[in-house]
Amino acid sequence: MSILVGKDTRVLIQGLGKTGQFHTDKAIAYGTQMVGAVHPSRAGTTSHFEGETDHSGVPGRDDTYFVDLPVFATVREAVAATGANASVVYVPPPFAADAIMEAGAAGLELVVAITEGVPVADMIKAKRYLADKPTRLVGPNCPGVITPGECKMGIMPGYIHERGRIGVVSRSGTLTYEAVYQLTLRGLGQTTAVGIGGDPVNGTNFVEMLQMFEDDPETEGVIMIGEIGGTAEEEAAEFVATRMTKPVAGFIAGTSAPAGKRMGHAGAIVSGGKGTAVAKIEAMEGAGIVLAETPSDMGEAMARALG
Amino acid sequence: MKIHEYQAKQLMAERGIPVPKGRVATTVDEAVAAVRPLIEESGNPVVVLKSQIHAGGRGKGTFEEHPDLRGVNVITAGIGGGIGAAEDAVRKLAFKMLGSTLVTVQTGPEGKVVNRLYVEQGIDIARELYLAVLLDRAASRNIVMASSEGGVEIEKVAEETPEMILKEEIDPAISLAAFQAHSLAYGLEMGEEVTKRFMGFVKALDLLATELDTDLIEINPLVVTTDGQVMALDGKMAFDDNALFRHPEIVAMRDETEEDPAELEAKKTGLNYIKLEGTIGCLVNGAGLAMATMDTIKHVGGEPANFLDVGGGADEEQVTTAFQIITRDPNVKGIFVNIFGGIMRCDVIATGIVAAVKTVGLSVPLVVRLEGTNVEQGKQIIRDSGLDVVAADSLKDGAEKIVELVR
Repeated sequence: MSILVGKDTRVLIQGLGKTGQFHTDKAIAYGTQMVGAVHPSRAGTTSHFEGETDHSGVPGRDDTYFVDLPVFATVREAVAATGANASVVYVPPPFAADAIMEAGAAGLELVVAITEGVPVADMIKAKRYLADKPTRLVGPNCPGVITPGECKMGIMPGYIHERGRIGVVSRSGTLTYEAVYQLTLRGLGQTTAVGIGGDPVNGTNFVEMLQMFEDDPETEGVIMIGEIGGTAEEEAAEFVATRMTKPVAGFIAGTSAPAGKRMGHAGAIVSGGKGTAVAKIEAMEGAGIVLAETPSDMGEAMARALG
Repeated sequence: MKIHEYQAKQLMAERGIPVPKGRVATTVDEAVAAVRPLIEESGNPVVVLKSQIHAGGRGKGTFEEHPDLRGVNVITAGIGGGIGAAEDAVRKLAFKMLGSTLVTVQTGPEGKVVNRLYVEQGIDIARELYLAVLLDRAASRNIVMASSEGGVEIEKVAEETPEMILKEEIDPAISLAAFQAHSLAYGLEMGEEVTKRFMGFVKALDLLATELDTDLIEINPLVVTTDGQVMALDGKMAFDDNALFRHPEIVAMRDETEEDPAELEAKKTGLNYIKLEGTIGCLVNGAGLAMATMDTIKHVGGEPANFLDVGGGADEEQVTTAFQIITRDPNVKGIFVNIFGGIMRCDVIATGIVAAVKTVGLSVPLVVRLEGTNVEQGKQIIRDSGLDVVAADSLKDGAEKIVELVR
């Protein structure tokens, strides 16, 4: 088992621009079932992908791949033609929230929004729109979701992953890679690694992810990587203390960040004394989460938490 | 993006939201010239002279050059002495305030130079309240926040007497409903006439927030005047940077003198840079990793000189600019490059570093940690360059090495 994505996930890409094209190629090389693209101006054509298989991904495939991906005008049409149940969004910021809503309207189970720089107001609306849809949104402004050896939806480098025992959830992309790589080197591996994104309004929060990992029989422990801004980590700590039986390790970025400055991520800001690293670290330690002192110690912290 | 109080008030006034009348001045003469029309128009002999900087706490803040002078001054000389006396008082004050450095709780000890003054009509205040429209991250919606405790720090109110803060969540499909505006007025114990005006005020503010993609509108204080008007005595607005592409009129309000020039240059190149006080320059990909790199430097006994995220797709030119910005800071005694290449390929970064060092020159130690996509090619490029670079195996290893080298 794993969570969110697996070998049966049939993925559409929304926004087949340069970035979308590049990562679709990487996803196919990894062995992800990419079944179609939505890109209105190129509807009716196909997009060709070929290259050398990434053997760190889905096992037992040929050494090369040749794929002609059909391109559709709308998500609904793409779903009808391909049986897709998930989509990954690379649509540019002004149109990204609209693409997310379109995926929701088509009834997809999962939408992973990679796009960085989506206006907050657009996300507030998109989230409201999805409230009565069956769709789970991950992101935006995130690296995506990967279940090693089965499905890679997003921009993370596939080869640092290895199928294993640990769930990873993070607000930061590159810190997810740090954690994942350390787990791989230690032979702990990952069940699923999820970037929930660095924006103040995102589709899925820590608590929802922790619940999924808690319910996943294959996951034996979770690494949770937070950062300054908001109170999502404090809420997650409360959940860990009261509802989780599995060991959790963690790290909080931004101990040295000055107040009132946005640290790259739109959501990473200490304002009005709220969202400090200290408050988050205290809440997490209080909940029994084993914290890594530096990002280089995340794998070690997980090993300690597992006992 | 932040704007000045006078600009925020202008945006409110354009949308029919009541604000005191005022004029902005960048010179002493302009400030003096504003006095007569303001007094004649309002009939109130009192004027207020307000420093315009992008930081709060101006009323209590004082000037570095004039420790007895506050950032906001109420001029009452006009009450007995007429317009001429008010003008004289404004002349004296404006002369001291303009070009001086105002230090408030929000500016930090270095303060901010006052380049603009706002001359405003005096208002007869019956009540001071607090009103804000801001994002509630946990709810993923905007909320209206109001309190009867106006004119003081709202964070303090929230901590000490949270029951004094009223909140209404705004459904984006409906916007603020009338009953919600009414419920706030009721909670603030307003009479019938004031309730009506307040409801109009808060509804208009919600519409403004939606129309202009504000991150925050804070009115502290919102006042009820002695004749029952509801008015924004102060106004603070910040806008969602991600939405600026659809608001050129807001972008035009940007006051670049309020921003750090290096941060501004970085932003224009697509880099995220924030200057800090330490000695170790950092160049990192990814915001979370960039923060964590600073944390780790501090953890092993050093002080970071900056936050710098080159993003996911930096090219050679961006890396060169990043190096230029870092090395220009005279405090920088060493540089730590920390890259976990996902999309960002290590060979591209390595080529960028080599080119940058050749262009910019390098007089301080450089530690480079590369991991991820094409890491071997990246390391090879740096080895072949003949540059004096210390290689690191992990983030912590690199942080320890650079801290040791600058010691």
